[in-house]
Amino acid sequence: MTKKIYTKEEWIKALAGLKSSYNIFVPVKDGDFHTFKALDETKIPDFNFQNTRLSPKSLVYPQSERLFECSLDENAPDANIIKESEKDYSPQAIVGIRPCDAHAFQIVRPNFDNPEYQDPWWIQRYESTTFVGLGCNNPGSTCFCTSVGGSPFSEKGLDALLYDLGDTFLAKALTDKGETFLEKAQGGKEADETALKAGEDLAVSAADKIEVKVSTDKLKDKVQTELFDAPFWDDVAFACINCGTCTYLCPTCWCFDIQDEILGKQGDRIRNWDSCMFPLFTLHGSGHNPRAKKVQRVRQRFMHKLKYYVDKYNNGVQCSGCGRCVRNCPVNIDIRKVCELMND
Amino acid sequence: MLEYVEKIKETAGKLFKEGKVDVFIGYKKGSVPMMNQPVLISNADQVDLLHWDSNCGLNLCNYLTGRTDRIGIVANGCNSRNIVTHITENQISRDQLYIVGIPCKGMIDHRAVQRAVKQKEILAIEEHGESFTVKGKDFEDTFNKKDYLQRNCSVCTHRNPVIFDEMIAPPVEEQDGVDAYKDVKEIEEMDPEKKWEFFTRMIDKCIRCYACRNACPLCYCPTCFVDESNPQWVGKSSDPIDTMTFHILRAYHCAGRCTDCGACERVCPVGIPIRQFTKKLNKDAQELFSWEAGLTLDQRPLLDVFRPDDYNDFIR
Repeated sequence: MTKKIYTKEEWIKALAGLKSSYNIFVPVKDGDFHTFKALDETKIPDFNFQNTRLSPKSLVYPQSERLFECSLDENAPDANIIKESEKDYSPQAIVGIRPCDAHAFQIVRPNFDNPEYQDPWWIQRYESTTFVGLGCNNPGSTCFCTSVGGSPFSEKGLDALLYDLGDTFLAKALTDKGETFLEKAQGGKEADETALKAGEDLAVSAADKIEVKVSTDKLKDKVQTELFDAPFWDDVAFACINCGTCTYLCPTCWCFDIQDEILGKQGDRIRNWDSCMFPLFTLHGSGHNPRAKKVQRVRQRFMHKLKYYVDKYNNGVQCSGCGRCVRNCPVNIDIRKVCELMND
Repeated sequence: MLEYVEKIKETAGKLFKEGKVDVFIGYKKGSVPMMNQPVLISNADQVDLLHWDSNCGLNLCNYLTGRTDRIGIVANGCNSRNIVTHITENQISRDQLYIVGIPCKGMIDHRAVQRAVKQKEILAIEEHGESFTVKGKDFEDTFNKKDYLQRNCSVCTHRNPVIFDEMIAPPVEEQDGVDAYKDVKEIEEMDPEKKWEFFTRMIDKCIRCYACRNACPLCYCPTCFVDESNPQWVGKSSDPIDTMTFHILRAYHCAGRCTDCGACERVCPVGIPIRQFTKKLNKDAQELFSWEAGLTLDQRPLLDVFRPDDYNDFIR
């Protein structure tokens, strides 16, 4: 597999050159934080960032996506016949995605792509995406990827991985997709032993910088009903305001709602992110709500991530340790602490 | 404001011992810098959890809605005004409450501090009265608190609680000469197109997480209009028109009730200055009706009274 070294200027130039082959998404500083945006003449990629405020999940799984549409014009030949909406599955590359966020797509995958059920839209966009990671030289204080099966330079879910060596990027291809991407990326030169060694050292020292250790080892053996009835949920949930910050910022929250909307003579069937924090999420047509209380909703979020997922997929927890919810929860509900309570 | 901590613990402990409250609502120290967590304690053994500093910028009145027990609660100026609003709107009864008043010197704007350290990660914050120090891996900076107050706190003229059963400390001096509505006036000057553009741009990062609504003690409707599904008033996609509808309608629901506590703005995960919506309505309430929300239990809220002798002609 290709291993190349680029000066940072060369890399930015190479990305510009790749625009003819891919829609390139890069971290861009947007006010107080970074966001992944499509690279164009107006955008300056900024790889000097901790992580983006919102995870890049929307690039595979948009917050709102039109699935189907139909004409409501009675005179139209296809009136009231629902048709799949046109979608764009041209190749795209997420360049600079952090290893935790790439790992997150692997955590999410069994939900959208499994033997019983395949979500055609998620799968097609996932498959059209090349994930070019950027290892974390300096993980944040709320990062805990190493507790949940990842690491600052984890290759899970990545097609290529970048190592920030100061003035240069070491770029390693990890899959055929990554190989193709780096072949097309102009400039750079083959990486020598020194650069490869520097990359390895960087990965080791970065992992050592993560001080937080969250225990998840006992979750699998816990009895679901006992955890469900655990005495700590009221305390955990008290402060929660039931907003969607945690679920919407989370790279592994996948729940959605499907809505029909009409504008003039056009009908659309739209899939939107939904959040288990919202009462409407579980409201039945009958008016009954099985999770009418805040504590039930808060419990659901943590039980799903740290118990139901663990039991169902045998794939660890449904969390990649990115720390977004820890940093951004308006009332400081900290999944690391809840996980310890559940694992205790 | 760290000096209040011991007094708060002592007072809460005393209330439990004297059997005056069943529960006590305050803050506990958060797990990340500049973040504290609302906490409910139910006996005297837990009072050591209680904390207070310049990062208590949520609104604890939010946690009173629907409670039926006897509650002790810490309240600074704006939170106390929301308690008044809650009582006059019949969301809680005065008899249920033991209000521990906190003279407030303002909350720190965590975003402004992050900006000041160029978004480097802050690992610790220490307060020393009028100043505070933030520390990260390779930096340490000390700032004057008054330069980094939350925007609502910097224009606050009700720092002392308006309703309380006891005060934790003597009242602090109120700020005078502040121009609370300088930014609103600038928007008022714009023509309609400019205004629309301003507000459209302001909310373009909104992810419809509803943190602003849920952090707001005024938003206690059993079912918010955006959550109504039969009939459905607002679309649920990220269409900008639906997002704008949510923000503008929510602001109007807060007209004459908002105390400018700033919780909505503080909690927004994408940093939208949401108070720009409510502040205009606060300004109108003040200029047109001489009304500031939550100052007294003796007056009905602005929008649920009609007086035949109203001094405004248009209303008669």
